[in-house]
Amino acid sequence: MWKRDDAVKPTPHAGAGPAPVPAANTPTSTEGRMTNEPQRGLEKSNVNIGKSVVIKGELSGSEDLTIEGQVEGKIELRQNVLTIGPNGRIKAQIFAKAVVILGEVTGNVTATEKVDIRDNGSVDGDLAAPRVAIAEGAHFRGSIDMQRTGVKPDAKADAKTDAKTDAKTESKTAPSTAPVLTSAASSPAPAVVQR
Amino acid sequence: MTFTDLLKFGNKRDPEVPPVAAGAVSMRGPEPVIPSKALPKFLSALSQQGAPVLVDFGPVLGSNVAFFGEQLGCKLFIEDLAVDLDRHTRSGTRDALPAAFAHRLPQADQSVDGVLCWDLFDFLEKPAAQALAREVVRVLRPGGAVMGFFCTTVAGRTTFTYTKFEIAEESSLRHRRHSGTGGPKFVLQNRDVIKMFDGLFVSESFLLKSNTREMLLRKRA
Repeated sequence: MWKRDDAVKPTPHAGAGPAPVPAANTPTSTEGRMTNEPQRGLEKSNVNIGKSVVIKGELSGSEDLTIEGQVEGKIELRQNVLTIGPNGRIKAQIFAKAVVILGEVTGNVTATEKVDIRDNGSVDGDLAAPRVAIAEGAHFRGSIDMQRTGVKPDAKADAKTDAKTDAKTESKTAPSTAPVLTSAASSPAPAVVQR
Repeated sequence: MTFTDLLKFGNKRDPEVPPVAAGAVSMRGPEPVIPSKALPKFLSALSQQGAPVLVDFGPVLGSNVAFFGEQLGCKLFIEDLAVDLDRHTRSGTRDALPAAFAHRLPQADQSVDGVLCWDLFDFLEKPAAQALAREVVRVLRPGGAVMGFFCTTVAGRTTFTYTKFEIAEESSLRHRRHSGTGGPKFVLQNRDVIKMFDGLFVSESFLLKSNTREMLLRKRA
């Protein structure tokens, strides 16, 4: 029948049904940097990355984004909400305003507002956000830093985070905005969790 | 029909029945809320630090995360050791637990202000418990505190369950049962606990009506 334009109409987050069609400006598989520029009149749209999409590299943008596919590398949506859908499989460092996790995330998550791990969501990594919500039935392994000093959504904090991100990328250590215990935060998780 | 029956019908409290005594166990469904005497002391020890670092051996609970993170400003490390215990029990490799626990905690030496052991040590054989206790002592900062619950009897235990300890208030915990794979439960004597945590001293010890000892161990500053 008619092909629906998913870039205009946001699709529901649930993984049931066919895989959502990727956004018009989203390649299905890419190496390197990818940027989601806001389209005219679509400032509040929610872009989906479908189940079959695999992205390796750096993903950044200024729109709310829902990921149902796989992303490896780095995700930056500093002013927007990132939703990892139930089918989402992320191996990446995440920086966003708010992160909602229903799928699996391996990597550190930094949010300026909130990290929300929903039922059946899974995170192996460190969280840094002023507010963290973990639902019953969610899996989490790592550290949680809710101190507001490192995650304020102002430019200064962004600059700090950028600097830290660069340092982390170079040193390959786990990011943590907390000044409390950087050595501990950078230690690797020693064992695989079976759920 | 008497006046008392009318009160019962209206779900009102009988004025002749005394109210529930302070500190008694109250229920919310099947999950009892039990007063804790060690918890306020533990929180007091933590609050003496500026930005305390806390290790939690229990399964992650959103309300506890909010309590320690938002109210106390803690940096939390969730190390759900019950998952490790279940995995080794299922695969029949509980003998390997001492070696696994010997280097289980990724934290640096003397970098942690508090450790919440809950009742984990009740489910560990002595070698595994000793290995884990050594790790706890290693990561604990001088002045740091460890809170643990130790059973005095295993009688009456028919099915294997863990307990999730949810902080209801600053002086009470909601004991929430959840099932585990299984395994024996062990009673540690006070001297065993003291020996295990060599380098710490028992700051507080309370015997609850449930025959559980709440113990607070501290590292000398």
